[in-house]
Amino acid sequence: MALVLNEEQQMLKEAAAGFLAEKAGVAQLRALRDSANEDGFSREVWAEMAAMGWAGIAIAEEFGGIGYGYTGLGLVLEQAGRNLSASPLQSTVLVAATLIAELGSAQQKEQMLPAVASGELLVSLALQEGPHHRPEQVATSARRDGDEYVLSGSKILVADASTASSFIVIARTSGDAGDPAGLSAFLVDAASVGLTIEHRSMVDSRNAGAVGLDQVRVPAPNLLGEEGKAWEGLSRTLDIANIGLSAELLGLSAEAFERTVAYLKERKQFGRVIGSFQGLQHRAAELFAELELARSIVLQALQAVDAGDENLPMLASAAKAKLCEVAQRATNEAIQMHGGIGMTDEHEIGFFIKRARVVQHSFGDYNYHLDRFALLSGF
Amino acid sequence: MSDLEQFRQETRTWLGDNCPESMRVPSRGFDDLYNGGRKPEMDHPDQKVWCDRMAARGWTVPHWPVEYGGGGLDKDELKILREEMARISARRPLDSFGISMLGPALLHFGTEEQKLEHLPKIVRGEIRWCQGYSEPNAGSDLASLATKAEDKGDHYLINGQKIWTSYADKADWIFCLVRTDNSGSKHEGISFVLFDMEDPGVTVRPIKLISGNSPFCETFFDNVKAYKRNLIGEEGKGWAIAKYLLTHEREMISGFGAAPKKSVGQMAVETMGADATGRLANSMLRQNIAQYQLDTVAFAATMARVGDEAKSGQGLGAASSIFKYYGTELNKRRNELNMAALGESALGWEGEAYHDGVASRDWLRSKGNSIEGGTSEVQLNIIAKRVLGLPDE
Repeated sequence: MALVLNEEQQMLKEAAAGFLAEKAGVAQLRALRDSANEDGFSREVWAEMAAMGWAGIAIAEEFGGIGYGYTGLGLVLEQAGRNLSASPLQSTVLVAATLIAELGSAQQKEQMLPAVASGELLVSLALQEGPHHRPEQVATSARRDGDEYVLSGSKILVADASTASSFIVIARTSGDAGDPAGLSAFLVDAASVGLTIEHRSMVDSRNAGAVGLDQVRVPAPNLLGEEGKAWEGLSRTLDIANIGLSAELLGLSAEAFERTVAYLKERKQFGRVIGSFQGLQHRAAELFAELELARSIVLQALQAVDAGDENLPMLASAAKAKLCEVAQRATNEAIQMHGGIGMTDEHEIGFFIKRARVVQHSFGDYNYHLDRFALLSGF
Repeated sequence: MSDLEQFRQETRTWLGDNCPESMRVPSRGFDDLYNGGRKPEMDHPDQKVWCDRMAARGWTVPHWPVEYGGGGLDKDELKILREEMARISARRPLDSFGISMLGPALLHFGTEEQKLEHLPKIVRGEIRWCQGYSEPNAGSDLASLATKAEDKGDHYLINGQKIWTSYADKADWIFCLVRTDNSGSKHEGISFVLFDMEDPGVTVRPIKLISGNSPFCETFFDNVKAYKRNLIGEEGKGWAIAKYLLTHEREMISGFGAAPKKSVGQMAVETMGADATGRLANSMLRQNIAQYQLDTVAFAATMARVGDEAKSGQGLGAASSIFKYYGTELNKRRNELNMAALGESALGWEGEAYHDGVASRDWLRSKGNSIEGGTSEVQLNIIAKRVLGLPDE
């Protein structure tokens, strides 16, 4: 597949850029933050996004989606990154819907995917338990009891926790922590008895929370896929999630960089614009080169998802590691090159480093993915 | 059978009959590739046999037009030829600056007469070319060059000095930037001329490098004749040709950034071992290698993306400006990591045990990659000014 966008993708990208800049930009994120909105996003804007088909963008047409694939979703996520647009695109569309499509039975997919595609059903993955992403270490337990499973444990960093109507909880039906075998995925209603949601205020002003499970009884048909065999589908979902988040980081980094270059052409010191200083020019040029590499690896990884490339795990870790590195550098340089004003809450540039850090951490950071990339490369 | 399938069959048969067994071994590097010329250097007599057979079909430069001696292959046929050569590990029959640099400039800027005169000799490997660009006081600031060309009617008289002239001691002819006019700005008054290095006024002195090899020379011109029929383009307008050629040179050098077959990480596992989880035993070196290999994956994707964008008619995007800079820096990183991964065995300089010091010599040679053809710093200046639009001081 050629590493270029086709006409349909180009139009989607432009439509997303225009809409998000107007309806879900940094100013809107600031307003959501300052009004202490627990949803963390605007439900009206989300309804408009769903009406344009974005909630079902990567969902197959037979399940009510528009079937643009992950390359299509990636383009929208890139624009969401540029505008720091808050919405359930990541939690529900990128992650939960993918996991349902990977693990669910035909009946489960028919029940849930059209509801996701319409924008009505908000689902979020409850996976992480400790401070770091270590999916095979899950200790939350699920015990079969008649027609039900009984789940106990606690999850953190659950994206959009206070708006999700249900969670996909990863729990252990057998084996010990550290064992990829024995993990199962359950669809759990947010209103279940024994389930508690604690909203947590995060650095990026988005909605995330902790989910407690105390003897939560889940009907057996809510098991996604086979008992104890969630790992393969979960692992592929995490690869796709990391590639989608890399697309978001690409947009975020490119926007922070472009705003910074514009500032270099405008800010004067010593009687000339600071962008004329070679010390800053070379740093900007190096960052430009890194962003070009970032753009290529993200596009390659997105296309690899849609093409069913067997190299996906290696490409996913390559993309996430590279984008974590580039995003960190771009957002740090953005603040440094803006100088004092970059440190103020009043200026928008500071919002970029905050969101970047949360995305970097989600589903494995630079260190996690560089290690995995090396292992998958044979060393 | 489709035409292409038939082409593949015929190519396979012909290569099978004509490629000598000794030429079905990958070259070790640039130094044992055949460069042709009046006084060809050969590791093996089959090099000339292989080159002559391929040249007879125009396949030493398969994509050039037939009327100039090339193979006239379209891109599908070219791909098949490369695949079929790779299938039997056939070496490139001829490698030269005539093919990679002068040829493209002549095709673009030369007159019909000039093309007919010089291109077929490049295809046949009869004339080996060198490039006269840099001077002692015109390195990164190339347009300050001062080698003087005086108008003598049907020819110019050339006086001055070039430096870093690659393989000038082995070349037959030179394509050279000279100053025909001093009155305007430094970019004006530069002309692009070709002349024979056999002229008694030419003196060549090889420069020994830190790698122990001498790929570059100092080249002196004392009343050397360059005929005007060998002036390419208009007099005084040579800078445009020089820039065009530099982009070809930079593409060639940035190709050094391509990942080698066996990765540095895998090689390091062979020399140092891995732990029970498969991780390289030294975690610090492992991280450095992983960072390097991650960048090679992303760089390869960028080369592919820019190629695909160009093919789809989107033109050569801004991304191509990073190739020279990034590719050469990657190659330097690879060589540093190679030294670390190999340990003592990379320190040898001569002798069988050290493969004649290939690791250390390549490592030292790579330091020049980010200097020759425009330093990394010049490349960053170009990106800052032309791509990002940042102002001059």
